[in-house]
Amino acid sequence: MSVPSATTGPGTGGTGTVRSRVAPVTGWGRTAPTTARVLRPASYDEVVTAVRDCDGRGAIARGLGRAYGDAAQNAGGAVLDMTGLDRVHEIDAVNGLVVCDAGVSLHRLMEVLLPLGWFVPVTPGTRYVTVGGAIGADIHGKNHHGSGSFTRHVRALELLTGDGETRLVTPEDEPDLFWATAGGMGLTGIVLAATIQLLPVETSLMTVDTERAADLDDLMARLTAGDDRYRYSVAWIDLLARGTKTGRAVLTRGDHAPLDALPARARTAPLAFRPGRLPAAPRFVPEGLLGRTTVGLFNEFWYRKAPRERRGELQRIATFFHPLDGLPHWNRIYGRSGFVQYQFVVGHGQEETLRRIVRRLSTRGCPSFLAVLKRFGEGDPGWLSFPMAGWTLALDIPAAMPGLGAFLDELDEEVAGAGGRVYLAKDSRLRPELLARMYPRLDDFRTLRALYDPRGAITSDLARRLAV
Amino acid sequence: MKDAFGAPQSLLILGGTSEIGLATARRLIARRTRTVFLAGRPSEALDTAAEGLRALGADVHTVPFDALDPASHEVTLGKVFAEGDVDMVLLAFGVLGDQARDEQEPLSAVHVAQVNYTGAVSASLVCATALQNQGHGSFVVLSSVAGERARRVNFIYGSSKAGLDAFAQGLGDALHGAGVHVMVVRPGFVRTRMTAGLPEAPLATTPEAVAAAIESGLRRRAETVWVPGTLRVVMSALRHAPRPLFRRLPV
Repeated sequence: MSVPSATTGPGTGGTGTVRSRVAPVTGWGRTAPTTARVLRPASYDEVVTAVRDCDGRGAIARGLGRAYGDAAQNAGGAVLDMTGLDRVHEIDAVNGLVVCDAGVSLHRLMEVLLPLGWFVPVTPGTRYVTVGGAIGADIHGKNHHGSGSFTRHVRALELLTGDGETRLVTPEDEPDLFWATAGGMGLTGIVLAATIQLLPVETSLMTVDTERAADLDDLMARLTAGDDRYRYSVAWIDLLARGTKTGRAVLTRGDHAPLDALPARARTAPLAFRPGRLPAAPRFVPEGLLGRTTVGLFNEFWYRKAPRERRGELQRIATFFHPLDGLPHWNRIYGRSGFVQYQFVVGHGQEETLRRIVRRLSTRGCPSFLAVLKRFGEGDPGWLSFPMAGWTLALDIPAAMPGLGAFLDELDEEVAGAGGRVYLAKDSRLRPELLARMYPRLDDFRTLRALYDPRGAITSDLARRLAV
Repeated sequence: MKDAFGAPQSLLILGGTSEIGLATARRLIARRTRTVFLAGRPSEALDTAAEGLRALGADVHTVPFDALDPASHEVTLGKVFAEGDVDMVLLAFGVLGDQARDEQEPLSAVHVAQVNYTGAVSASLVCATALQNQGHGSFVVLSSVAGERARRVNFIYGSSKAGLDAFAQGLGDALHGAGVHVMVVRPGFVRTRMTAGLPEAPLATTPEAVAAAIESGLRRRAETVWVPGTLRVVMSALRHAPRPLFRRLPV
C-alpha cells in the first residue's frame, strides 16, 4: 500500500500534458469526502484527452464546487476542474448573446457584461458558479416564476460526450441530448462552452420592496398575490419560530432599477459593479456553533431587523442576490462535520404538505438560518431538471444533528407522496429508491447515457450513490 | 457510496457471526445498507446470521474467510471488492481465549495473538489497499479497552488488542488524505457470547450500544470511539495510574 501524494505530478497516460494531483474532494456542504485524481485542463483538447484516458472509475466535470453534495466528486476516478477553461469568446452587445467556456463563473460574466448593459438571465444565491455547473444543475433564481431556469436561456452548448465526440447541441437540433444535459448533473458529458441569451439592464442597482409576513399562510398569500408584479421574488423564512409565528418570513422582491430611479450622483456610473468581500471564514470553527440558541437568536434578530414594509429601496446586485458571497468560505462555519442542504418542491394544490413540513421542521427545532421559500413558475423540459410549478423550500442543517438522516427520509416520503421532488444539486443523502418517483424521466435518462457513453466514462459519486 | 451522514450502502463484516458486527449491520440496514458481505468460517451460525439480515431486506452474501490463513486473504477479500465498491469494512473478529489456560499452554495463547493481531493485520492491509483504490470508504476496527492498558486478568487478549489498536491508528494516519476513514472502536465489557459466564466489569454495555456508537462515529467521521463514552475519561485516568496502585485495583 502506498501513501498517496498530494503533490503535483504529470497526469497518467495520454500526452502527459494534463497535470493532476490526488486530493480529497467534497461538495460545498463538506460532507462525505472522497479522493480523486483532480486534473485542471487548460484547453478543450486536454479535456478530450482526460476523458479518453480515464480508467474504469470514469471522470466528472467540476466547476466551483458549489453543489452541496457529491455531484462533482468521483471517488478513485478523475475530477476535471473546469475553471481553467475561463475564456469569454464572443459578446453580441446588440442582441445580448455571449459565447463562453464552461469554466467561466457568473461573477466573471457580470464583471464583463454589466458595463455593456447586460445581465445574466438567471442567477442563484451565489455568483461563484460556473456556466457548466449552471447548466448541469439547471439552476434557478429569484426570477424563476417569470424566467424559468438557466437552461431556458441557453441557445447552444458544446458537449463532449463519454464516447469521445464533441457535439454542438441546440434545443432545436438535438432536443433529447440538450434537455437531458439540462439538469443532468454533468452525467451526459462535459460541457465545454455555451451560448447564453442575456437580459438587458439600465443600471447595476436593484429596486427592492421588503415586507414581513406574520406566518406561513400570510407568506403564501402575499407571494401568490404579488409575485406577478416583480421580476425577482424570494422569502427568508424563520423555521425556528413556533406556535402562531410558525413560518414567519421576510419577503424581498424587486427588479433592476431603471436609470431614472437612481439619484443624480449614481447616474454618472449606473452600471458600476464592485461587490465587496469580507475576510474568509476561519478554517477551524468549533462544532456546534450553529445550534438552536445561536440560530434562534439570529433569526429573531433578522426578522425584527427587517422593516414591516419598505418600498423602492435601492440595493446593489451583491446585496440583493448574493449576500453570502460577501463571506468567502462561509460553509466552514458549520465545523468539520459540515452541513446538509435540503431543498424540495411540491406542486400547487399541495400546500398542506408544505405546511406540515414547515411545522415538523419548527417542532423539531432544526437550526436553519438560510431557509428560503419561493414560488416557482412553470418548469422547463430538462429531464432531471428540478423546478416545477409550485412551492420550493430550501434549508440548511448541521450534519452533526442526531437523527437527522431518518428525519429527512421522512420528509422525502412526504415530498414524494405529494408528487414533489428534491434538488439533486443540493442532495447528499436521498434514498436511491425514491429517485425514479421524483424524476419520472430517469429511465429515459439512463437509456440516453448508455447511448452516448457506452463504456461509462462519465460518472460521479452522486451517480453511484443514487444509481442514476 | 456513503451519504452525508456516513451511512454506507454496502458493508463487509470480517467476522460474520460477531454479535457486535451483526447488531451494527441491523442498524445500518435500517438506514442505507443494501448489500452485506459476511466473511467468516463457513458454518451454520454464519448462514443463520445471513438469513437474519436477509429478513431485514438486505442482499446478503457469505464469504469463506479464516483469520488464521492470512495467505488466502488477498484472494477471498479481493473477490468481494471485485463485485463493486464496499463503502464500509467492519473488522469484528476476535477471540477472548481463557487467560488461565493460555498462561499454561503457550500455543493457545499464540492462537489468540494470531487471530486478534496477525490475522487482523493481514486482512486490514488487503482491505485498506482496495478501499484506497476505490477512493472512499470507512474501515472500522473493533479494538477494546483491554488494549489500552494490560490488566492481570486478561493481558494475553489485552496485548493482542493493544497491537491491533496501535496498528489501526497507524493505518488511519497512513490513509489520511486517501479518502479512507479509519475508525478505532474501543468498547468496554460487552455482554455477548464471548463474555458469557465472566464476571461483569463496571460500565458494561451491549452490542446494540456499540452499534449505535459506530453509527454516530461514522456520522462525525470520528477516529476513536469509546463505548460507553465515559470510558474515555476512566481509561485516561487508569492509563496514568502508577503500577503498584494499578495492580491493586479491582478492574
